[in-house]
Amino acid sequence: MTAPAPATRLEDGVSKRARTLVTPEGLALPLTVGSKGARAGALILDLVILLVGTIIVFIALYAIGFGLFDLEQSEANPVMQVVMIVVILFGFLARYGYFLWFELGQRAATPGKRLVGLRVAARDGGRLTAEMVIARNLVRDVEVFLPAFFLLGGGQTAGIAGWAAFVWLAVFVLFPFFNRDALRAGDLVAGTWVVEASRLKLKDAMSLAPDRADTYRFGEVELAVYGEHELQVLEKVLREDRPQALREVAEAITGKIGWQLGEGDEREFLEAFYAALRGHLEGNMRFGKRKRDKFS
Amino acid sequence: MVLALFRKAEIEPPADIEAASLRSDRFRLEREVDWKRLDQIVTALEKNSPRRISDEDLLELPVLYRKAASSLAVARETSLDAATLAYLESLVRRAWFQVYGLRIGLFGWLRRFLGGGWSAAVRAIWLDICIALAVMVAGTIVGWLLVDQDERWYYSLVPGGMAGGRAPGADPEMLRETLGTAENSDGLGVFAAYLFSNNTGVCIMAFALGFAFGVPTLLLLVYNLSLLGAMVWVFQEAGLGLDFAAWLSVHGTTELGAILLAGAAGLHVGRTMAFPGDRSILAAMQSAGVRAAQVMAGCTIMLIVAGLLEGYVRQLVGDTPSRLAIGGTMLALWIVYFVAMPAPRERET
Repeated sequence: MTAPAPATRLEDGVSKRARTLVTPEGLALPLTVGSKGARAGALILDLVILLVGTIIVFIALYAIGFGLFDLEQSEANPVMQVVMIVVILFGFLARYGYFLWFELGQRAATPGKRLVGLRVAARDGGRLTAEMVIARNLVRDVEVFLPAFFLLGGGQTAGIAGWAAFVWLAVFVLFPFFNRDALRAGDLVAGTWVVEASRLKLKDAMSLAPDRADTYRFGEVELAVYGEHELQVLEKVLREDRPQALREVAEAITGKIGWQLGEGDEREFLEAFYAALRGHLEGNMRFGKRKRDKFS
Repeated sequence: MVLALFRKAEIEPPADIEAASLRSDRFRLEREVDWKRLDQIVTALEKNSPRRISDEDLLELPVLYRKAASSLAVARETSLDAATLAYLESLVRRAWFQVYGLRIGLFGWLRRFLGGGWSAAVRAIWLDICIALAVMVAGTIVGWLLVDQDERWYYSLVPGGMAGGRAPGADPEMLRETLGTAENSDGLGVFAAYLFSNNTGVCIMAFALGFAFGVPTLLLLVYNLSLLGAMVWVFQEAGLGLDFAAWLSVHGTTELGAILLAGAAGLHVGRTMAFPGDRSILAAMQSAGVRAAQVMAGCTIMLIVAGLLEGYVRQLVGDTPSRLAIGGTMLALWIVYFVAMPAPRERET
């Protein structure tokens, strides 16, 4: 159900990651696969959260005075036993439960993923199931924790076997670099991928400004200069509303259509031109004529 | 007055719709109240606070979603307002994730899982279980034969820390002592928790390594079971074979069962990768991976039970017949559960 989207965007990095998802209603929704950098960032954030959480729990236990690090006494003291069980189970939950719990939530993302704006989704456009989330998180063990322990434990110093293990683990760690969708091994097994989950605010409508169609009259020839791409650039400039940029764009447009523009009228002129150009292009659109940019 | 502060912000109807000079902007202004309402509902769902949504809103969710989706389809053909299109795309995508998102949380899933999802998944990979079982039996025999041939094999198979005096030619009395019970239950909880955490790690590794065509999983099974074989030989030599078997069976039937299932799950993924059949390799791996994940989740449960049996029961129950009875009962329970538990009905969605 997924196919590469037509490359409408100019940014190459983004268009390479653009995919289309077809909903059951037959609507094509654009999706962007999360970049490797963002995913690595999310993972690091999650690991930092885990590490800080673990340290806080340990310090708290230690501060309460259980003498946590004095393992020799553990056989004798019943309170100590409870603490040890808590510590072992906490370590277990931190390693396997953290990712599972958050990715099974409504947003299908760990706190790290939320912060960088990512979420997990089913690759085939269907429903994300609990089993998929479990599968992708079990394989995480080989991809993240095992290499980490291996490096921390100095495993690479163990001669030829150490190096073999190193290469073997590197295959898993580097897996996302060798496929188009940046899938890690866990994603492959579970049938999931990680996509960007942007939340946008609805911005104001553009044509609410007083209609100046009488002051500025644009003819067919003047409006035929530009296409949809230029219209959207103009929209961005108007929304950002920086005097310097407004001035430059207004000069470029007046130069192109051969007008003279008075000082201080830039915004007014650009709004009027935007409304006229959009009305013109949208009118053509209704008849099935589209003009992508000024070259077409 | 105070209550008004806590009420959710009302959605403001747009300014004068007729004031907009462009037809596509009028289209947008006419519908934007619905979009914002959908936005509010979806945001509340994402924050996992469905109680803040009124019943009325929740009933409207599918309608609002379809409205927004159709707005997007129309806007794509009639509007060139990039910001509005981007907003609608993001809104419909978020709503889609909620409408077609995960239906059950962790606990709902767990209930369904124990009520038959697990046993159905186990039955589905029966072939891999048979292969893994054969490999495990072979591993045990290899371990036995190797040590039987040359005792030095024992030292290369069993790491020093684990042997704990259980070496070839050791005094039978001392060996018997290692099979004994603890005086009381002190410290056993810690032991049980440790065993559980450790064994789960081994199981998850057996599964996760299956990704490479299952070969590392098989090696892992052979190695671990050859260790067992070597150990059995030592006790057999000392005339304690049955006692050792009883000692082992208390938790071993559950623990080895979990390792068997984990290995089979890993093998299932690896085997599907090597022989995907008619489907594409990605599709085949996905269905195999999801099935294997259910089996694996079950292994965790089995290992909790095994950890408790190993940490408490084995240390407290000393005589060989009782131990054999406990181990045998556990084995029978697991087999009956896996074979007889019917698969859950498909939910009507």
